[in-house]
Amino acid sequence: MALIDLANPTRFVALAERVLPWLVAATAIAFAFGLWGTYLAPDDYQQGATVKIMFIHVPNAWLSMFVWGMMSAAALGTLVWRHPLADVAAKCAAPLGAAFTFLALVTGSLWGRPMWGTYWVWDARLTSVLVLFIMYLAVIALWRTVDDPTRAGRTAAILTLVGAINLPVIKFSVDWWNTLHQPASVFRMGGPAIDLSMLMPLAVMALAFTLLFVTLHLAAMRNEILRRRVRTLMLTQAERAA
Amino acid sequence: MMDLGPHAGFIVGAYMMATAVVAALVIWVTADHAAQKRALAELERRGITRRSAESRPLQIKEPA
Repeated sequence: MALIDLANPTRFVALAERVLPWLVAATAIAFAFGLWGTYLAPDDYQQGATVKIMFIHVPNAWLSMFVWGMMSAAALGTLVWRHPLADVAAKCAAPLGAAFTFLALVTGSLWGRPMWGTYWVWDARLTSVLVLFIMYLAVIALWRTVDDPTRAGRTAAILTLVGAINLPVIKFSVDWWNTLHQPASVFRMGGPAIDLSMLMPLAVMALAFTLLFVTLHLAAMRNEILRRRVRTLMLTQAERAA
Repeated sequence: MMDLGPHAGFIVGAYMMATAVVAALVIWVTADHAAQKRALAELERRGITRRSAESRPLQIKEPA
């Protein structure tokens, strides 16, 4: 099947149905390995066992930005190339991105209390991630406000591209401003600053959460295509009845 | 049993929250799929089908 064929929603649904069971299995296996690695990972010499929160906080924080980046690419697909599945992809990614951002905020807060002595500070990193969460909610609200999917898709695409300005702010906030949040310790010049015994389970958990996103996103896109099919049929029925 | 030290409540709370949110996402996607399939089956039962479904199954023009 050529890549261009996936632009056809019917073929996309058929492919999703075939791929989803394999993705579910891969996600479950990745989580099993990741959680086992988390269990075996040593305590940090300063943070003790609270470092275990890192194995869920960091993957969710990465995904919170990755999903918005993906939505931005989809927004270009909607506005520039008018790809029929681009707005479906963006719409279905938004609730997932919001959930991952929510988890990054909550787990970060639960990690911050014993380590920093506070659940929350209004510093650059925490505030910019909170802004990202609010932007996700705004996109979801926009999709729910506008009835026509085409119009909603274009408006949401513009909002998504505007919100993409926040991504470099989040990434570099720890370098540009004074913040309680630690600077980058994995993707940094000179290589990761984390010991391999913690880096490996972190990488596996990041893979597991990414697979979870891909699985849920594919399933949600299939659902959205079916929802639009139902909507079209009901509109057709109403027109015939009128 | 794993010794999580004096901050066990924060660690367990973080993992429980992650489990709850992931479970909610899985339930939402699964329930939504079932709802859409039910709606399509109901429309089909009432004889409302896509014209393209009757003749050209793979050439469907979906709404943008």
